[in-house]
Amino acid sequence: MLVLEKVVKYFNKGTINEVLAINKLDLIVERADFITIIGSNGAGKSTMLSCMAGTIIPDAGRVVLSDRDVTTWPEWKRARYIGRVFQDPLKGTSASLSIEENLALAMRRGKMRGFAAGVSRQDRDHFRDRLKELGLGLENRLKDQVGLLSGGQRQALTLLMATMVKPEVLLLDEHTAALDPKTAQQILELTQQVVEAQKLTTLMVTHNMRQAIALGNRLVMLHQGEVILDLEGEAKRSLTVDDLLQQFYAIRGETLSSDRLLLG
Amino acid sequence: MTWYAFSGALEQGFVYGLMVLGVYITFRVLHFPDLTVDGSLPLGAAVASVCITNGWDPYLACVPAMLAGFVAGMVTGILNTKFKILHLLASILTMIALYSINIRIMGRPNMALLNQEIVLDPLFALGLTQAVAGPLLFGVLAVAVVGGLIWFLNTELGQAMRATGDNPQMITAQGVDTHKMIIAGVGLSNALVALAGALVAQSQGAADVNMGVGVIVAGLASVIVGETLFGARSIGRRIVAALLGSVIYRLAIALALSLKLGAFSFTPSDINLITAILVVLALVSPQLKQKVQARARS
Repeated sequence: MLVLEKVVKYFNKGTINEVLAINKLDLIVERADFITIIGSNGAGKSTMLSCMAGTIIPDAGRVVLSDRDVTTWPEWKRARYIGRVFQDPLKGTSASLSIEENLALAMRRGKMRGFAAGVSRQDRDHFRDRLKELGLGLENRLKDQVGLLSGGQRQALTLLMATMVKPEVLLLDEHTAALDPKTAQQILELTQQVVEAQKLTTLMVTHNMRQAIALGNRLVMLHQGEVILDLEGEAKRSLTVDDLLQQFYAIRGETLSSDRLLLG
Repeated sequence: MTWYAFSGALEQGFVYGLMVLGVYITFRVLHFPDLTVDGSLPLGAAVASVCITNGWDPYLACVPAMLAGFVAGMVTGILNTKFKILHLLASILTMIALYSINIRIMGRPNMALLNQEIVLDPLFALGLTQAVAGPLLFGVLAVAVVGGLIWFLNTELGQAMRATGDNPQMITAQGVDTHKMIIAGVGLSNALVALAGALVAQSQGAADVNMGVGVIVAGLASVIVGETLFGARSIGRRIVAALLGSVIYRLAIALALSLKLGAFSFTPSDINLITAILVVLALVSPQLKQKVQARARS
């Protein structure tokens, strides 16, 4: 489905600040995998996701999506097959456009855009149905500017937009990290619901170990730009936070820096 | 203000309103401060004038003028997106280059259109005077362009263009190439500016390589005046506000020129200073308002 092959990415290459963010990373994502990705700061989680999305073009290695080599494809072209939700709730929606206009833009992802009306009457009915599924009452506010919504509402909308056209891969980059705990929980439940309903192939970066264990069928831990742990099935289901910490210690011979890794 | 001055201001408000609509696209829709305008206005004037003196129909002459403006805008867009030159600098480079190009097109720094057929002639033939024909023709044209623009900005492409200015990261994730949007948008903007130039040259009877100096500031002033007076949320009302802003700006200038304070009166050369002060005031007033309110609270 999605394959990373010996992907290498340096930042500030050739300067004294050179950092090896991703080190010959291999990862094979199977169809309908829901992978949670953890790792401490600087482990390369977001960089890996950016290499998949095309925001970053790797220095070496290949990115293959459904047998297409997309390594050098620009971000907008890959977006045809990839749905994304960002950490910042303001990044995924256009504030000065209305809810229905944002959804209409999402509905044309990967398709030609022409001179037809952006939002038609049938679209509105469709949008109302989809918004109802969110349970936030947004179905009655189609004409409202998205800038008027709260961070949680915007993130829910972004999730809906990312899956409006079924993506081959859904990338979630710490998409609940900037929300208050209650809203984060809502968005998480919504994520689970959407992913299950559409059987989406999903990669979710998180800083929360409990979340990483609770969600998905597969867990990947990154450290210094490499995959150091890849568990699925029974091995993942029976995992506890203590196990994770011990595994990390056993593999690396050092304690996991918990600077931003939440244990709770 | 005399009736003659009023009608002249109205005519200018509408004809330069086309330029203002172009500035609105770059400045407010794409968030791309584009100074190409100062060069693409005389570009439109030059191209149309050369066509007309070569016997073209004055309406038909507006088409190559707009095309030339579109290409000029595209150059600015390409310099910015493909060559990663800061938008302001990219547009200044195009503007400077256009100065030379405009003189090449005309073969000299200015070109009179006396005794040539112009777009207003069919209206003169109906017995209308310049004072009526000017505002009427350019008003109808400006309203038509406003309608077209509102339609376009609500199409799939138009919405993608608005999102490009608002949140490039989001629209990229929705599969839109922001580079294409910026190049096309700045092109469209300058096509409208060039159309304004083509019409101004005809109504004033000459194209001049310096006729674009300061036009961008007048455009910004008009956009801001419109927003301040008619500021509204929907894109449709905002476009209408930009055109009305242009008309009110020209009327205000005409009013200022007709003022006499004892021995002192404004001259046309003072307009740039007045406009610059107006724009600064409009840009600063929200901050001042906040400060005053904060002080009132404490």
